[in-house]
Amino acid sequence: MDIIDRRLNPRGKSLANRQRFIRRARQQIADAVREATGKSSVADLNGGGKIKIRRDGIDEPQLYHSGKSGEHTHVVPGNHEYVEGDRIPRPQGGQGGRGREASADGEGEDAFQFVLTQDEFLDLFLEDLELPDLLRKQLKKAESFLPRRAGYSVSGAATNLNLVRTMRNSLSRRIALKRPRPAEIAALETELDLLADSDETLDRRRELELELDQQRRRAKRVPFIDPVDVRYNRFEMVPQPVASAVMFCLMDVSGSMTEHMKDLAKRFYKLLYLFLSRRYRNVEIVFIRHTHVAREVDEETFFNSRETGGTVVSTVLEEMLRVLQERYPRDQWNIYAAQASDGDNLSSDNAKSAALLEKRILPLCQYFAYLEVGDEEDGFNLGSEVWRTYERLDRAGHPIAMRKVNKRNQIFPVFRELFARDQPVRKAAS
Amino acid sequence: MSSESVLLEGEKSESRTRFDWDFDSLRHTYGQISEIALGEFKLDVYPNQIEVITAEQMLDVYSSIGMPLMYLHWSFGKHFARDETLYRRGLRNLAYEIVINANPCISYLMEENSMTMQSLVIAHAAFGHNHFFKNNHLFQQWTDAEGILDYMEFAKGYISRCEARYGEVAVERVLDAAHALMTQGVHRYPRRKIGGLGDEEKRVQDRLAELERSYNDLWRTVPQNGARDKRRTTEAERRELLGLPEENVLYFLEKKAPLLKPWQREILRIVRHIAQYFYPQKQTKVMNEGCATMVHYETMTRLHEKGQLGDGAMVEFLSSHTNVVLQPDFDDRRYSGINPYALGFGMMQDIKRICLTPTDEDRTWFPQFAGNGDPWETLKEGWANYRDESFIRQYLSPALIRKMKLFAVVDDGVSDLVVKAIHNERGYQTVRSALARQFDTAQKEPEIEIVDVDLDGDRRLMLQHRVYDNVLLAEDDIQPVLRHLADLWGYEVSLSEISSSSDAVLKQHTAAPTGALAT
Repeated sequence: MDIIDRRLNPRGKSLANRQRFIRRARQQIADAVREATGKSSVADLNGGGKIKIRRDGIDEPQLYHSGKSGEHTHVVPGNHEYVEGDRIPRPQGGQGGRGREASADGEGEDAFQFVLTQDEFLDLFLEDLELPDLLRKQLKKAESFLPRRAGYSVSGAATNLNLVRTMRNSLSRRIALKRPRPAEIAALETELDLLADSDETLDRRRELELELDQQRRRAKRVPFIDPVDVRYNRFEMVPQPVASAVMFCLMDVSGSMTEHMKDLAKRFYKLLYLFLSRRYRNVEIVFIRHTHVAREVDEETFFNSRETGGTVVSTVLEEMLRVLQERYPRDQWNIYAAQASDGDNLSSDNAKSAALLEKRILPLCQYFAYLEVGDEEDGFNLGSEVWRTYERLDRAGHPIAMRKVNKRNQIFPVFRELFARDQPVRKAAS
Repeated sequence: MSSESVLLEGEKSESRTRFDWDFDSLRHTYGQISEIALGEFKLDVYPNQIEVITAEQMLDVYSSIGMPLMYLHWSFGKHFARDETLYRRGLRNLAYEIVINANPCISYLMEENSMTMQSLVIAHAAFGHNHFFKNNHLFQQWTDAEGILDYMEFAKGYISRCEARYGEVAVERVLDAAHALMTQGVHRYPRRKIGGLGDEEKRVQDRLAELERSYNDLWRTVPQNGARDKRRTTEAERRELLGLPEENVLYFLEKKAPLLKPWQREILRIVRHIAQYFYPQKQTKVMNEGCATMVHYETMTRLHEKGQLGDGAMVEFLSSHTNVVLQPDFDDRRYSGINPYALGFGMMQDIKRICLTPTDEDRTWFPQFAGNGDPWETLKEGWANYRDESFIRQYLSPALIRKMKLFAVVDDGVSDLVVKAIHNERGYQTVRSALARQFDTAQKEPEIEIVDVDLDGDRRLMLQHRVYDNVLLAEDDIQPVLRHLADLWGYEVSLSEISSSSDAVLKQHTAAPTGALAT
């Protein structure tokens, strides 16, 4: 007879099978991820979590008896009242006589549910945007890690032993298991020593000896420190920040913006957020939407409520400036902005917008991205009022990137410039 | 959980103190259990190999159909993903035991289990299942416990070599097709003694050489004498030639499919061997679990009687044992069919009772062993010589039918359900044989045979499904499976569903190859 400890074997034996499965169901999973990103908030890129996919392509067909045809005799336990010849009305759905129609692998569902890891999720999300591989790697890897205290654990390196916690546990265990203190034993011993060796004290001495013996044995049985008491400091590795960043999401929400356009904008924001959250410890997001007036709102409102009104771009820039000056001083924050619009603007407003950007905003910004979103079937157009205005700034060498986007896979190129412009400076790990 | 943490010198690092077991106490308990199982119950087992694993590793074994070694395939990844999801969400507990029918017999212990549970699993798997594997005639006849692990090692290696040489996709397609026909990949009736799996690897080479020498009649292109009057093969000739009818579809394809390459045939063979290896387990679920549950229950009881198991541990054991053998009533929300553990354990306990304290009824029903005073011998004889269907037919007693309140219901899929028999004098026999049929693998799995090949025409492969009680095949999967079959065969295939009573054709399915395997 052998007992073998297999726990030390390399983990992840089924990883290869899992990757094959994901590769096989790639299309369905990518669809599910796409749907999930549409539903989740901009800052929620932990991804992972449960997804549901269609079963086609990952079915394992088998030939088996149909539960729906022919005559079946079932033997069932727990009869209370039926006698031979009774008729039982056909149960609705599942219960009793005829079990659920199970498929070959014992699941009667049309959808297959499982949990994606964060890595798998990000992979698919980034692939959906058609990012080049190198960049995908960069995005998925945080710059450097520093350990940060994160509670206690029952295992760890000896150097991380937390004496206070350990002793506290030890003390409570000693109290609970009634381990006598050395002082108590000493007291008994002295009393025993002091008692004269005579007959009248015999009973008391017997009693004392018995008690002393018990106490000593108990002290032996209950250890002073037991491995269950031991606690270690636990550390979590957190991405090493460069600094903080704030990201402004600016969007036109006038009636001309369709759901599709908003979805494109959302993806773009997500990507920018992902990019920023890999490089900065804390990234704040400010949502400002505008029609002919601009307001800072929360994300829910930003994406989901309709407004009517004209379009005046300068309002949103003014609002952004106001928030900047109020909350995000230039010396503490890296400022990024992403503006999405269908390019409509009041023609008299263009000059004002340009001036605002050039003089006030761009000097403060690391990067300003302008995304002109259109419907999927829109052909090439010459660009809108806003487009031409911004183009001039771009030519003048300001940190602004701009794209026309009709489809999801056109989102990424906007970033190309950003990466070309400021390659993250690798800090030497301390 | 027992409240004291037992720590022995020298093992502090080895088994983390979170668990109340360690390797010494496992060894010690194993000794006590084996004393009872082998000494008192006189069980006969393969040598044991007990492996301690983590929950994740248990899921690994789970998802690769309970094999410690398995080739790579996406479907195992799918099962792992599903099981893991269920497990993480707490919807499913991991079965606390998996045991491999091999020599030595491998049982897995999960590290999270308490000492009591470990003892239970040792008794259940390492002695109960182990005895059953070694002694049941189906296992003796069909499985090769000596060679299985080496064979799996070979299979895994062979398939990964194929992937390296022909590409993952090409191999995956063959495996997909073979998996779809896995249920039709077993010999149900012995024809000749099968050799061990041990020298399988050597035989691969011999087969390849033989294939090159041999001659496949499907390839007859030489014109016959007087080719004008087209010579027709008779059905009898074809049957002779191709060894038809053949129930083992994978076997037939491996030997006779004209377009497969040697490595593809080898893969079919591997899948077929695995299917065959698991076939006895399908047929003996109730007995196998009944035997293991009986052994663990009796062993733990003896341990407790001998003072080797504390009262607290006994209570812990009983509560988990009760969960295992729970049989919810049909109108209970938890009901999902007959629990093989409950039925099996019920029958074993019942046999023990009949041997020791039979009633008059028992004596009339079971004259051969009622009151013989030797329950273990009686049980062992049953475990060796039957499978679920025949075991139930032979040993299910009226007392147990009453106890479980079993009744038989006929469901024709249209009208009301009719109660055919209940647990009374008139109904015992009917209930018993209906229950036996319910656990008959041959009844549960469709009876499908290859009956003919159109040698003179388009080489279409013809299959038949014998339909009993008008139970047809489930529609959804027929086409995909037939397409896989056509791909392997290389030409069209047809499947007719033939009524067993009138020989009328009820349904006809055909499929053509998709070209997935053509490279």
